[in-house]
Amino acid sequence: MKEMWKGNHAIAEGALRGGLQFYSGYPITPQTEVMEFLSFRMPELGRHFVQAENEIAAINMVFGASATGLRSMTGSSGPGISLKQEGISYLSYNDLPAVIVNVQRWGAALGTLDSSQTDYLRDTRGGGHGDYRIIVWAPNSIQETVDLLYEAFEKAEEYRNPVEIYSEAALGQMMEPCEMPEFKERGYDLEWSWDGTDRDHERVDMDQKPIHHTAKFKKIIENEQRWESINTEDAEYVFVALGLPSRVARDAVKRLRSDGEKVGLIRPIAIWPYPKKAFEELPEGIRGFLSIETTDMGQHVEDVALAVKKGFKTNIPVYVHATNQKMPKVKEVIEVYRQLKAGNLKEAF
Amino acid sequence: MATLHLEKERCKSCEFCVTECPKEALSTCEDLNSGGYHYVEVEEEKCNCCGLCYVVCPDGVFEIRAQ
Amino acid sequence: MAVARKIPKIMEEPTAFCAGCGHGILNRLIAEVLEEKGQEKNHILILGVGCNCNMNFTWGGDKLQCAHGRATSVARGAKTGRPDTLIISYQGDGDAYVIGLSDTINTAYVNTNVTTFAVNNTNYAMTGGQMSWTTIPGQHTTTSASGRDCESTGNPIKVPEIIAQNFDVAYVARGSLHSAKEINKTKKYVRNAIEAQLNGEGFSLVEVLAQCPTNWKVSTVDANEWLKDKVVPIYPLGEFKKREGRDDK
Repeated sequence: MKEMWKGNHAIAEGALRGGLQFYSGYPITPQTEVMEFLSFRMPELGRHFVQAENEIAAINMVFGASATGLRSMTGSSGPGISLKQEGISYLSYNDLPAVIVNVQRWGAALGTLDSSQTDYLRDTRGGGHGDYRIIVWAPNSIQETVDLLYEAFEKAEEYRNPVEIYSEAALGQMMEPCEMPEFKERGYDLEWSWDGTDRDHERVDMDQKPIHHTAKFKKIIENEQRWESINTEDAEYVFVALGLPSRVARDAVKRLRSDGEKVGLIRPIAIWPYPKKAFEELPEGIRGFLSIETTDMGQHVEDVALAVKKGFKTNIPVYVHATNQKMPKVKEVIEVYRQLKAGNLKEAF
Repeated sequence: MATLHLEKERCKSCEFCVTECPKEALSTCEDLNSGGYHYVEVEEEKCNCCGLCYVVCPDGVFEIRAQ
Repeated sequence: MAVARKIPKIMEEPTAFCAGCGHGILNRLIAEVLEEKGQEKNHILILGVGCNCNMNFTWGGDKLQCAHGRATSVARGAKTGRPDTLIISYQGDGDAYVIGLSDTINTAYVNTNVTTFAVNNTNYAMTGGQMSWTTIPGQHTTTSASGRDCESTGNPIKVPEIIAQNFDVAYVARGSLHSAKEINKTKKYVRNAIEAQLNGEGFSLVEVLAQCPTNWKVSTVDANEWLKDKVVPIYPLGEFKKREGRDDK
C-alpha cells in the first residue's frame, strides 16, 4: 500500500528495509532527517545508530563496521561528503561494501541549501585519492530512491565496493506516495569479513591490486549500466537528464512530442558506471544532445560528450542547459530546445 | 636445568640484552647474520637463565627452555 | 628459579622495525597477554598509519589497516560488528594524538569498550623523524632543526592525563620500555587494558614510551638512556585511571 513519505525519511526506512544494520553520521542540511529518523528507528529495530563527532569519524566507523560484516551506511550533503572522501577511498581500496547517501545542496564551500547536482564530477570519479570508482545511483522519485536503497547493500556486497545514492535537496525534502518493500536481511556471514580469527579476508597482494581493481571496475562497467530511454527510437534530438531535472525533461519531451517534435530522453539511473550503452542503442541521424542539469558550468554534460563522441562516427554537437541552484521549468526547456534547433545555441562539446 | 637459546637470524644487534644482562653473559660477535647484524652470543657458563634478555629484546631472539 | 619463556606464536614472523625500536617489545607484550588470555584467535588489531604499518606483514593475528588517525573510530565500528572480539587500536603518537586527537578523545568521551595502545616515541618516525606534539622541548627533528621551540609550537601533549582527568573511562596508564623493570610494568598495564575490555568496562588507553634510535640519531643503547633521562621526566609513568575496585601495583 502506498503511503506519503518524505524523501529523507524514505531513505532511512528504505535502507532499513534493505537490511541496514549500522549507521553513523553527522547533522547537515538537507540530509539531517535521515539521521534523525534512524536515531529512533534503529534502536527500535535493535540496530546500531551512532551520532559521530564529525563526518570523518562517521565514515571510519562505517569502515570498521563494514569490515566486521555489518550492512553499513553513512549520509551527508556535499560538504560532508567531501570530508568522507578519504574514508570512501579506503573502503573501495579494501574492497569493503558500504552505502553512502548524498542529499546534495548547491555549491562549493558552504554553498547554499538549494537543491542541485553540483557534486556530479566528484562523486562519479571516485571522489577521493587514487584510481577507483564507486557505483552511483541517481533516483528521480522517492519510490525509486527506496527501491535503489533496497538493492544497494546487495550490490555493494556483490562487488565489495561502496554504492552511493545520489539524491538532491528537493528530493530529500519533498513528499510523494511510496510503497515500502518488506524487511530483508542478508542472513549469512560474509566469509571474508573480519571476526578476529585471522581467517582469509580474500585480499590480494599489493602488486596485484591494480589488476584486481581494474577487473572489478571493468565488470561493474559491463554489468551495471542503468538507464531509462523515452521516445528515443526515432529521435532527432535527445535530452539527457538525471535526478529531478529528468522529470522536467520528461515533461518537456511529452509536450514537444505532442507538437510533432522528434525529441527523446535518456535518463541515466547509474551515473557511474555511466550508461554508454544507452547511446549505442540510438538510431542514426541524431542531430544534437542536450544535457539538462542543476549545475553551474555543466558537469554531467562531460559524460554525455564522452558517450556521444566515442559512440558515433559523426561529430554530433552536445549542448548543455545548466540552471545552477534553480530547478529548470518545462517551458524554459522547450524554449532552449527551440533556440538549439534554430542554431542559436553554442554547443558545449 | 634451564637453557638459553638464541635465534641469531632474528637479532638486529641493538644490544639491549647486553646492557641488561646482570651476569655479563651476552655480547655481540664478529660474525654477521644474513640481515647483516653482529648477532648476540651467550657465554653459557655465566648465564643463569634469568630471562631479562628475553624481556628487553625487541626481536624475539631469546628462548628459555626449562628442562 | 628460571622460568621457561618463548615468544608467542603471533610474534613468530620477525618484526620489520629498525634495530632497537620499541615497537618490537610492545608487540611482544601485547601478544603475550593475548596468549595468556586465550585471545590469539579473537582479536582485531586496528593499525593506524606510521611505523606500525610494518605489522601488516608480521603480526600473526587479525589486523585491519586504516587511515591515518582514524583507528579509534574504525575500532568503534568494528566493536559494533564484533562485540565479543577484542578490538585494539595500535597507533603512534602522531596518529593517535595529533591527526587523530579528535578520534581518540571522542572515543574516550563516549567510553567505547575498545583498547588503544599509543606508542610515543616523540616523533613522526615513519616519515623520517618530524616534530610531533609529543616531541620534547629542545628536541631536534627534521621540522624542528634548531630544537623544538615550545613557545611557538606548544608543549608536549599528555593525552592519557587529559582523558583520565576528564572522561569516564575504564583504564588509562603510561609505561616505558627503557628497562626490563619498566617493560614488566608496562606489561601489567597492557594486561589491565585488555582485561578491562574483556570485562566490558569501557575504553582503555595505554601510552607506551618507546625508543626510536633511528630518528633520535643515537645508538640503540644510548636510546634507552635518552628515553630514561630525557623523555620519562616529561611523561610521568603509572596508572592515571585505575580499574574500578582494583589497585594493581
